[in-house]
Amino acid sequence: MARYIGKRLIYMFITLALIATFTFFLMKILPGSPIASADKLSPEQRAVVEARYGLDQPLPVQYFDYMFGLLKGDLGISINQFKGANVTDVILSRMGPSAQIGFQGMLLGTVLGILFGMVAALRQNTWVDYGSTIVAIIGISIPSFVFASMLQYWLGLKWDLFPVALWKDGFMSSVLPSIALAMFPLATAARFIRTEMIEVLGSDYITLAKAKGASGSEIAFKHAFRNALIPLITVLGPMAVSILTGSLVVEQIFAIPGIGEQFVKSIMVNDFSIIMGTTIFFSVFLIVVILIVDILYGVIDPRIRLSGGKS
Amino acid sequence: MKNSKILWLLGLVLVLSAFLAACGGGDDTDTGTENTETEGTEGAEGNGGEPDSVQELNLIEGAEIPSMDSSIAEDAVAFNILNNVNEGLFRLNQENIAEPALADGEPEISEDGLTYTFKLRDANWSDGTPVTANDFVYAWQRAIDPDTGSPYGPYMMAGTIKNAKEVSEGEMEVSELGIKAEDDKTLVVELERPTPYFMSLMAFGTFYPLNEEFVTEQGDNYASNSETILYNGPFTLTNWDGTGLTWTMEKNPEYWDAETVQLETVNVDVVKETSTAVNLYQSGEKDRVGLSGEFAMQYAEDPEVVRELEPTLFYLKFNQERNGEETPLANENIRKAIATGFNKQDLVDVVLANGSLPANYLVPTEFAFNEAGEDFRDINGDMLPFNAEEAKTYWEKGLEEIGETEVTLELLGGDSELAGKMDAYLKEQLETNLEGLTVNLKAVPFGVRLELDEAQDYDIQNSGWGPDYQDPMTFIDLFVTGASHNLMSYSNEEFDNLVEQAKGELAQDAEGRWEAMAQAEKILIEEDAAIAPIYQRGIMSLQKPYVNNIVKHPFGGDYSYKWAYISGKE
Repeated sequence: MARYIGKRLIYMFITLALIATFTFFLMKILPGSPIASADKLSPEQRAVVEARYGLDQPLPVQYFDYMFGLLKGDLGISINQFKGANVTDVILSRMGPSAQIGFQGMLLGTVLGILFGMVAALRQNTWVDYGSTIVAIIGISIPSFVFASMLQYWLGLKWDLFPVALWKDGFMSSVLPSIALAMFPLATAARFIRTEMIEVLGSDYITLAKAKGASGSEIAFKHAFRNALIPLITVLGPMAVSILTGSLVVEQIFAIPGIGEQFVKSIMVNDFSIIMGTTIFFSVFLIVVILIVDILYGVIDPRIRLSGGKS
Repeated sequence: MKNSKILWLLGLVLVLSAFLAACGGGDDTDTGTENTETEGTEGAEGNGGEPDSVQELNLIEGAEIPSMDSSIAEDAVAFNILNNVNEGLFRLNQENIAEPALADGEPEISEDGLTYTFKLRDANWSDGTPVTANDFVYAWQRAIDPDTGSPYGPYMMAGTIKNAKEVSEGEMEVSELGIKAEDDKTLVVELERPTPYFMSLMAFGTFYPLNEEFVTEQGDNYASNSETILYNGPFTLTNWDGTGLTWTMEKNPEYWDAETVQLETVNVDVVKETSTAVNLYQSGEKDRVGLSGEFAMQYAEDPEVVRELEPTLFYLKFNQERNGEETPLANENIRKAIATGFNKQDLVDVVLANGSLPANYLVPTEFAFNEAGEDFRDINGDMLPFNAEEAKTYWEKGLEEIGETEVTLELLGGDSELAGKMDAYLKEQLETNLEGLTVNLKAVPFGVRLELDEAQDYDIQNSGWGPDYQDPMTFIDLFVTGASHNLMSYSNEEFDNLVEQAKGELAQDAEGRWEAMAQAEKILIEEDAAIAPIYQRGIMSLQKPYVNNIVKHPFGGDYSYKWAYISGKE
């Protein structure tokens, strides 16, 4: 196990270095300058401002400077989005709200989704099943901006149950965005669990368990559910990353100071250091989650061996 | 054991949902919407009644603050806040005329118009230390110092303040910049050339004073959040963490004119989604919201709508020489045909629908005024308005002169939804009204458009310009021969001479100068049709009737809240 993780860590560093390199050069191909008032400055003035951020250096020098900085954990300084602010600080200050609504949304979505999926599978082809399928279809097919806007309009403005928007009232502010974010994992989890459960419930060992006289709930939870979890974990991992690292749409609609909308803005204004920093941050997050998912497979299903065939 | 885990989760969900439901009922916001209906009689301009006891204004901003350092700032959000939390020698008043602020009365101006001696009034920073002449010297030197990397310092000062260009290029020491503190209360400024609009320039953020001791003490932390800045304006900034979406402005008790300021608190939140902003306005949490796109159309007839004009002009640039070759646009009649060949009123009413005005001029309306308060726009009025018949005549004449029957031109424009709609409309109009014309649209991001502009690689460009100082010249001198914005090979000696006169021998003759600039504008737009004005941008906002006296400025910060107050909300 330790050897396996060690090997994976090495791969992770290689992957990260490649991602950083690709992003760096792709970004340099982006047209336009990170200097906001470029059209107002004379070429000489622009040169002065560029020199301030090291943008006047030849590309390879800029690249190695950046990579060495990265090794030391230095993500650089924002060029124009938050002039002079440390990129690490920017990311950290924006991560909190995204992580909170992301986590709440994931939790709510998966828990409800699993429940819906299980109930649907156990009561196959009844109104319960159809109802949960309809919820799942709606959750997947309604775009999040429509759903978020509806939540805001009805629950926020019309019925005055929750704040319309803004990040001011603690937990209350996080409720609507969390619900908006929960819809997709809810639908996904419900669909996966239902399909898997139905398949598992039809397999031989369930019949055996029934024959042995195991109770209905014991079969559902102990035997069927655990096996149905495996495919779900495969999709939930990356989904968790995308939700925890912020959703542009939901953050923008609820005016939440999250990292998703901040990242998009940084691309719009060509703030190289923030684009790089945030990309690397997201990549680390994704890679770590994938590793955790792989390890979890082994825990949930002993048939999956991580360290190859040597055992 | 597995069962218990699942049950635990189930329980959690139940508790959670119960909690959510419970929170809903009691959450009453104290700002109801009912009072707006009773107060609506005076329209959206405020009801002008007695101020309320609670003086709190709730606003929405469309973007974060990139920097609050007045030497580094270069965006509308920062300049707007700077205008409200800091102050320079002059400030634009409610009529948008520059009036003395930190300056104690009008300055003494030398015979040649090159030396200004300002006396400073007694005023304090928010920490109680006095504002001195040295604070100005330090701030200006800092803004022009190449090491600061200020985008606006060199831009605003070069060619105006003595030696600014040389200092910004590193050829002179910062101490040689034309600004000296004679004593704590006397400031002497030397200019490169007489500058008739110099007072309004002093209202611009880059020229605000900075407390040297405080700024150097803070070092890199200066202006990184609201605690590391000193204020000397009507308000102080609080609650701003440097990257956040929220901040507050509070009345500054140290402000020299604090008794004029009625607002106690201005709460600002960044909301980027117009629908969200409108919902916050409807729920009563926000007092004013800018409308864009479909929201502008939807609320156009609402009694709470406020319409404001911005001094930003959009126009078509006609490139007369592309890749070393003359384009069909080198022909005056072809240019005039295009300039008069599209319906601007329909464009503004139907396509833009945001309160913009059709423009038949270069210098915007409600922007520059003479000493009697008369708008520069009154002199020339409209030039080359839309006229399909005349356009056709020009077009046929032009085609004959260049010996063609068909012309294909590229129209370079922005990649936003609005720009796309507008350019498609222009194409349709021009192709219908001018027979034999084909317009190819090319939509690119802003940065790319700048690059193509610089390479002069386009035929027609949909371009725009906002003022850098409050004077017609900021628009007119864009088009002199060889100017950095004139990347279209336009050259007219008479026009160049008029601009030169206005900047030189007429600089101290207000009336003659005004005339010369008007003459130059007429040549550019009416005689030469060097560019074709399209529209002057307007903005529409919803504003609660209890909000009074927010002043919109055409230059520097967009708004002043110094005179604003709440009346009739309670």
